[in-house]
Amino acid sequence: MMPLENVPAWAAVPAAILVLAGASLALIGSVGLLRLRSFYERVHAPTLGTSMGMACVLLASMIVFSALQVRPVLHELLIAVFMLVTTPVTLMLLARASLYRDRAEGNDEVPQVAASQKEAEVVEERAESGMR
Amino acid sequence: MTTTLLAGALLLAQMLLGIAMGCAVFRMLRGPRAQDRVVGLDTLYVNGMLMLLIFGIRTGSTLYFEAALVIALLGFVGTAALAKFLMRGEVIE
Repeated sequence: MMPLENVPAWAAVPAAILVLAGASLALIGSVGLLRLRSFYERVHAPTLGTSMGMACVLLASMIVFSALQVRPVLHELLIAVFMLVTTPVTLMLLARASLYRDRAEGNDEVPQVAASQKEAEVVEERAESGMR
Repeated sequence: MTTTLLAGALLLAQMLLGIAMGCAVFRMLRGPRAQDRVVGLDTLYVNGMLMLLIFGIRTGSTLYFEAALVIALLGFVGTAALAKFLMRGEVIE
């Protein structure tokens, strides 16, 4: 069984281009993850693959399956929406955690907390401990 | 003609994604600090999901799509839990 033979030319050519573009973007993002120097630079690189790379591959998948089943196939949109919503959330969480760890260790590379902000945090912590 | 074009493009894309997964694994194993390893794991999840989608295009079955959806969900939960752990030292307070 060779389902690829049933894909018409009008679907095969854009799908091939989109798949290649998506995979190349994911590769560039991963190489950036490997090559960049500090964590705060590195955390930006993989988003290339999670946004545009994912969109290209999902679009190719939609085109091929729509051509194979002779009806529009849209369930790939589920993955697209989910990834677009969750990736910024996780990377923001991770960057906040990393900033917190760097500050706790007194690293010079990250900006320290300003005095006024520190006071606000102390007040906040007191309020939190009061609530407990 | 176009079939071989599509098959070749899929094969090349899988090779590129394999190299990308290798980069992510390298960063996960070597990463100087814990947060680097978490970013590497997240990238590995995303690249694996793209790889499964390309397998799905190649075989023409929708089973791979469901596996990719599950990987996307688990990647989000795992990365969020690890970030929470790095921040607080425990996952569920």
